Amino acid sequence: MVPGGRAANTKEHVVRVALMVTCINDALYARTGQAVVTLLRRLGVDVAFPERQTCCAQPMVNTGYLTAAVPVVRNYVDTFADYDYVVTPSGSCAGSVRHQHDLVARRSGDPGLRRAVAETSPRTLELSEFLVDVLGVTDVGAYYPHTVTYHPTCHSLRMLGVGDRPRMLLENVRGLTLLDLPGAEECCGFGGTFAVKNADTSIAMGVDKARRVCDTGAEVLVAGDNSCLTHLGGVLTRQRAAVRTVHLAEILASTEEGRS
Amino acid sequence: MTGTFVGMPKFPVAAREALGDAQLRHNLAHATGTIRGKRLRLIDEVNASTPEGTAWEELRLAGAAVKERALLSLGDQLEQLEANLVANGATVHWARDAAEANAIVARVAKAHDVDEVVKVKSMVTQEIDLNEALEAEGIAAWETDLAELIVQLGGDLPSHILVPAIHRNRAEIRDIFLRRMGETGRPAPADLTDDPAILAGAAREHLREKFLRARMAVSGANFAIADTGTLVVVESEGNGRMCLTLPDVLVSVVGIEKVVPTWTELDPLLRLLPRSSTGERMNPYTSTWTGVTPGDGPQEVHVVLLDNGRTRALADETGRQALRCIRCSACLNVCPVYERTGGHAYGSVYPGPIGAILNPLLKGVGHDEQVDSLPYASSLCGACFEACPVRIDIPSVLVDQRAQVVDARRGGRPSGEELAMRAGAAALSDARRLALGERFAGVGIRLARRLPGLPGLRGWTSARDLPDPPTESFRAWWKRTDGGRRPDPTGEQR
Ligand code: SF4
Repeated sequence: MVPGGRAANTKEHVVRVALMVTCINDALYARTGQAVVTLLRRLGVDVAFPERQTCCAQPMVNTGYLTAAVPVVRNYVDTFADYDYVVTPSGSCAGSVRHQHDLVARRSGDPGLRRAVAETSPRTLELSEFLVDVLGVTDVGAYYPHTVTYHPTCHSLRMLGVGDRPRMLLENVRGLTLLDLPGAEECCGFGGTFAVKNADTSIAMGVDKARRVCDTGAEVLVAGDNSCLTHLGGVLTRQRAAVRTVHLAEILASTEEGRS
Repeated sequence: MTGTFVGMPKFPVAAREALGDAQLRHNLAHATGTIRGKRLRLIDEVNASTPEGTAWEELRLAGAAVKERALLSLGDQLEQLEANLVANGATVHWARDAAEANAIVARVAKAHDVDEVVKVKSMVTQEIDLNEALEAEGIAAWETDLAELIVQLGGDLPSHILVPAIHRNRAEIRDIFLRRMGETGRPAPADLTDDPAILAGAAREHLREKFLRARMAVSGANFAIADTGTLVVVESEGNGRMCLTLPDVLVSVVGIEKVVPTWTELDPLLRLLPRSSTGERMNPYTSTWTGVTPGDGPQEVHVVLLDNGRTRALADETGRQALRCIRCSACLNVCPVYERTGGHAYGSVYPGPIGAILNPLLKGVGHDEQVDSLPYASSLCGACFEACPVRIDIPSVLVDQRAQVVDARRGGRPSGEELAMRAGAAALSDARRLALGERFAGVGIRLARRLPGLPGLRGWTSARDLPDPPTESFRAWWKRTDGGRRPDPTGEQR
């Protein structure tokens, strides 16, 4: 159930919230998905995990394989058709759902798919959007006694326009010291297939970003996308930097009782 | 004298070379950073002019709307432009491609028996390699913008729309002036220093002699106003004014997308361009001319209206918006890829984000690896769209161009990438298949960590570690613990 917000529960209708964990979190970062579950339950949301879910199709779309993406998008709309909100701990995947699914549906030539996309896309929200806009909370009762710096990932920043929602959430975490990241809005260089197709440029961008992160003196680099954090974390550990990368959801899920 | 971009390698290859040039990267970061800051301050100023604080966005919408209207009625606008130019004494030529346009300019030059022309910076003449075509006919074309002069004298290629010599520093420029100016005109003084004012002074002396000598000039145009037949050139140094007024004969090569229906509609564009481009409220020189003015300025005026792929781009539903471009270079200055690779890596006079879409749109995809590599030269971060004064959604066009590259290359033996994408899509459209695959994700990463030199992996692992191998997928955890509701015998979350 969802307390408050613009879609509160009524007698007739219990608001249904699904977690879209994303393929990368499913395979490599289960702890991020677990953190979202912990966090939302603490806030009174009984989040479901429809097991048919797979991926947002962005890897195919961004590489130019729109036709290959059609069945993936079809699976997405079928999986989440019955939910009022789909929450995902990824600005990039939310961006892909909201901005690219229609491209794919148009390509499929199937008006039914276009209609289904028009239904599910706007209901897909990135975690910080769901917390701030739907639940109406900026203090999620978290405790995280570390200095962190925040990198706003490009898709959450520019595709979704999450603005300062993640910062507001972080600023309300007890024990946490938030340090400014100079040039924060510049891309980290991941870019999906870009990281491989243009590896040299991607690395050059990642190295510059990593240097700025280290210069802040923070212990932890936080972002809302594990894809970008995989890239930056890879650069940071290769350089034996002392900075750890942690997903926003994991910080927001941490409490004094739980581990941090 | 300047080289052409023909035969450039694919973007990733060209980029690697540029990334190794520390001087270039330093110059680029400094120059783009400075222009970025100036631009942002002016946008704040515009936004502060109204209580709502949205004036800049309104201006962008207005600019985009003007160009969109012009493009959607392009045929009518061009006919009107032609009629008004002719009525004002200009001669109008239509050129389908580079060869036709170059031949027209050469013919005019020959008709007047000139063996040199002065030029005001024009990207379109670089697009068609006019200088080389004229040189082949024995006609020298002198660039008169300071930066273009540096590029031309240095025998190299422009790397930035607005700052073509951004890859050169002061000391290099001094050397180029000392070595090369004497070959084409007035030499640089022997005691030349690398003080910017002294360098500019030497360029001024050198160019002034060429302006007074030349009988014919070649220009482009930033805008062509249909309802009066007026061409507009916007510039910073006054060399444009010289070229447009001193010689007897003026030939302007104008891409057909430059048309603006009316003077009124020029207004938002003239406010957007200098702010986005040089970070100035107004550019120092705006020249406008309408055909021939008897007894004043060039007495023979030609206008070459050039297609060269523009109608192809116009037919592309998603890509069409690229023709709104007013060549301000804001997208270059905010692009993190461009900031590191510079312009040469794009292998075209149109580099950066706009180049990554405009080149494939003008040339078509599927027959040149270099062109096909350009839509992939972006992390899709979206900084370009945010900066573009005419709201060109470059990331969406990039993705669409990638799809066109993939489609054009379909047929024949599928590439490794295509097979991987097909396999990936098959796995990702069925959760059971995906779950099966995930069981091997840990194995995959452990294997990859052992063999970082594996083809396909090397790009990632050369400077980046792989993440820790997972012990359990999220979906397996959810199943095992009923979404965390059943006590977890392993005692902890991963
Ligand atoms: S695409 Fe937009 S930002 Fe880039 S040069 Fe053209 S008008 Fe300027």
